[in-house]
Amino acid sequence: MAALRQIAFYGKGGIGKSTTSQNTLAALAEMGQKILIVGCDPKADSTRLILHAKAQDTVLSLAAEAGSVEDLEIEDVMKIGYRDIRCVESGGPEPGVGCAGRGVITSINFLEENGAYDGVDYVSYDVLGDVVCGGFAMPIRENKAQEIYIVMSGEMMAMYAANNISKGILKYANSGGVRLGGLVCNERQTDKELELAEALAGKLGTKLIHFVPRDNIVQHAELRRMTVLEYAPDSKQAGEYRTLAQKVHANAGNGTIPTPITMDELEDLLMDFGIMKKEDESVIGKAANVA
Amino acid sequence: MSAVVDRLGVDPKELIDEVLKAYPEKSAKRRAKHLNVHEEGKTDCDVKSNIKSLPGVMTIRGCAYAGSKGVVWGPIKDMIHISHGPVGCGQYSWASRRNYYIGTTGIDSYGTMQFTSDFQEKDIVFGGDKKLEKIIDEIQVLFPLNKGISIQSECPIGLIGDDIEAVAKKKAKEYEGKTIVPVRCEGFRGVSQSLGHHIANDAIRDFVFDKTDPDKNKFESSPYDVAIIGDYNIGGDAWSSRILLEEMGLRVIAQWSGDGSIAELENTPKAKLNVLHCYRSMNYISRHMEEKYGVPWVEYNFFGPSKIEESLRKIASFFDDSIKEKTEQVIAKYKKLTDDVIAKYKPRLQGKKVMLFVGGLRPRHVIGAYEDLGMEVVGTGYEFGHNDDYQRTTHYVKDGTLIYDDVTGYEFEKFVEAIQPDLVGSGIKEKYVFQKMGVPFRQMHSWDYSGPYHGYDGFAIFARDMDMAINSPVWSLTKAPWAKK
Repeated sequence: MAALRQIAFYGKGGIGKSTTSQNTLAALAEMGQKILIVGCDPKADSTRLILHAKAQDTVLSLAAEAGSVEDLEIEDVMKIGYRDIRCVESGGPEPGVGCAGRGVITSINFLEENGAYDGVDYVSYDVLGDVVCGGFAMPIRENKAQEIYIVMSGEMMAMYAANNISKGILKYANSGGVRLGGLVCNERQTDKELELAEALAGKLGTKLIHFVPRDNIVQHAELRRMTVLEYAPDSKQAGEYRTLAQKVHANAGNGTIPTPITMDELEDLLMDFGIMKKEDESVIGKAANVA
Repeated sequence: MSAVVDRLGVDPKELIDEVLKAYPEKSAKRRAKHLNVHEEGKTDCDVKSNIKSLPGVMTIRGCAYAGSKGVVWGPIKDMIHISHGPVGCGQYSWASRRNYYIGTTGIDSYGTMQFTSDFQEKDIVFGGDKKLEKIIDEIQVLFPLNKGISIQSECPIGLIGDDIEAVAKKKAKEYEGKTIVPVRCEGFRGVSQSLGHHIANDAIRDFVFDKTDPDKNKFESSPYDVAIIGDYNIGGDAWSSRILLEEMGLRVIAQWSGDGSIAELENTPKAKLNVLHCYRSMNYISRHMEEKYGVPWVEYNFFGPSKIEESLRKIASFFDDSIKEKTEQVIAKYKKLTDDVIAKYKPRLQGKKVMLFVGGLRPRHVIGAYEDLGMEVVGTGYEFGHNDDYQRTTHYVKDGTLIYDDVTGYEFEKFVEAIQPDLVGSGIKEKYVFQKMGVPFRQMHSWDYSGPYHGYDGFAIFARDMDMAINSPVWSLTKAPWAKK
C-alpha cells in the first residue's frame, strides 16, 4: 500500500467545495482507493452526497451527549457510504455560540488517536469557507493535510479567497510541510474564466489542476443526495470528475509553496484580462449617478 | 547623594544600571523607565506604571480575574461567587486571601468555599451558558440562604463569546429579582489584577446599586454613618479598624468587602462618609458614590500610631465637635498601649532597613508603621499601582529610596543582594527566595498567617511579627554565600 495521502479542499463559501470534493473522491474510490472524508464544517454537510443523508451523529454532538470525546468509540462516528467511503463529520455548535474552531481541533485529535486513518489511502478534509480562526487551520498544520486544493472560479471574490488561503498555507508551509496542490476551477461562466484561473495559478506559483465545466446534471444529482459518479456514471460530467481524480492522484509530491500576491496585483490581473477597467482614481467610492 | 550611599551601602543609581545590564538592549530600555531613586521634594516617583510586563521576565503580577474574584468580590460572604470556566483558576483561588468573616460556612456564608463551572471541552465547543444556568439552579437548591450570586469570568468565557449577561438576567427574573452579577473579568484583559478591580467596581455599580430599588431599601441612616471601603479584613484588619471608628462615635454601616454582605453594599450610598483604605482597588466606586449619591470619601491609613492618629483626626474633621472630642479620647486611650509596644520593640528594631514590594496600597501605607518602630524603608514598589499611587508615595518615602515598579524576579533579587536589608516584605512567591538568601522576610499580603495589622491592636501584632522575623536566632546560624567573613 502506498503512503497515506492527506488532502484538503478549501475555498470561498458557496463555491462548491463539498460537491467537487465528494465527486472527486467518489471517482478516486472508483479507481480502487480507500477513502476517509473528514467534514470540518459545523453544518456537517460534507458527506451528504456519499451517505445520501446528512450525517446526524457528528463527533461533537455525540461527545456532548456522552460527556466527553474520550467516551466515544470510532465506530460511533464513522459511517460507510458509496463505494465504502468512510465518512466522519466533526459537527459543532449552532451559529452564534461556543467555539467551532476548537471543535475541529478536538475532532481531528480524536480521529487520529483512535486510528481512523488506519487502512485508508486518502484522508480528505472539507473545511468551511472562511478560515476564521486557528481551529479551521488545523487541517493544514503539522502532520495533517499535505496537499491543499483550492476550489475557485473566475469571480473576483473567489480569487481573492484563493489568494488568502494561499497566505495561510504559506504560513504553515515551513513549519509543517503543507503544500498547495493546485487550483480547481468550478466554472461560473464568467469572462475569460479559464485564462484567468490559469493566470492566477501562475501568480500563486501553482497550476490549474482542472477546469470543471458547469453542468446542470450536478444539480440533479444533488437533489437526490448523490454524486454524479453514482447518479449518472456514464455522463460527460462524471468523466470530468474522473479526469480531476486522476490528476489529483498523479499529483502526489508535486505540491508547491504558494506565492500569494497583494490586492493590487490581483486587481492588476483582472485589468489585464479586461474584466476590471482602469479606473480614474477620482471616481473610487462614488456612486454611478454621481460620476 | 553620599548620605544616600551611606544609608543604602551602595549607590542606588549605579545599582540600577548594573542590574539592567543583564537584559537585552530593548528590554533594558523599557525596564529602566520603571526603576528610579526618589529625590526629596519631587511630587512624583518618576516611574512608568500600569503598563504591560515584558515577556520573559518573572513578573509578580496577577490577572483581572484575580482582581475581581480574589480581591473585590470574593470576600462578600453571603454571596456565592462562581469561578466560571475551567477548573484551575477556581482551584488556585480557593479558600480566600485570609479574608476573615463571621458566619456559618456552607449555610449562610461561603467565603472559604469554592464554586466552579469546571469547563470541559464540550462547554468550550458548544458554549457554557446552559451549564451556567444549571449551576445557578443547583446553588439555589443546595444553598438556599445565599443572598446573591456573582459570575467571575475566566479567560475562555470572553474568547468563545458566552452571553453570561443574558443568563444572569434570565435567572434573576426567575428567582424574583435575586442579585446575579455577571463580571467580565477575563484574565487576559488589562496588564494586571488592577483592571479586575475596576471591572468588579463597575459591576457593583451596574448590578447592585442600579438594581436596588430605593423605595424597597428600608435601611435607616444616622448622621454618623460611615462605610469602610477597601479593607479586605485580612487576618481581621477591618475588625480592628472598625473598633476605632465606633469608639469615635461613628456607626460603620458597611465593610467593603472583608466580612461584607450584599446588604451592606446596597446600603452604602446612604453613608455620610466613605473612608477609603485601599485607594487602588476601590477608588472607582468611591468616586461613583460621590458623583451619584453625594457621599464624600476620604483616604486614611491605619498602619502604625502616627498614621492612625493623623487619619482619625482627618476622618473626625468631617463630623461635629462631639466626634472630634471622642476622637481625641480614643487617641489618648491607646497612647499607653502604643508607647509600651514602641518601648519594647524599638530598641530591638531601631535602624533596621526594610525593602517592600506589595500590591497597590501597602508599598506606601506601611512605611509609617515601620518608622514608628525606628526602622526605615529603603526600597519600595507596586505590583499594579498607577501613576496616582506613585504620586501619593512621595509623601511617605525618604530621599534616596529605591523605587521599582512591577519589579521582576531578577531585579528584586539583585537589589536585595546589593542592599542587604534587614527585612524584606512581599508575597509568598518571593518569600523563600529571600529566606534562602538569609534575609528575614514577612508576607505583606497575607500577614503570614498572622494579623490583624490595622489599628492600634494590629500595630502591637505588627511590631511583634517584625521583631520575630528579624531577631530570630535562626539567622545567626545561616551564612549567605556572599557573606564576607
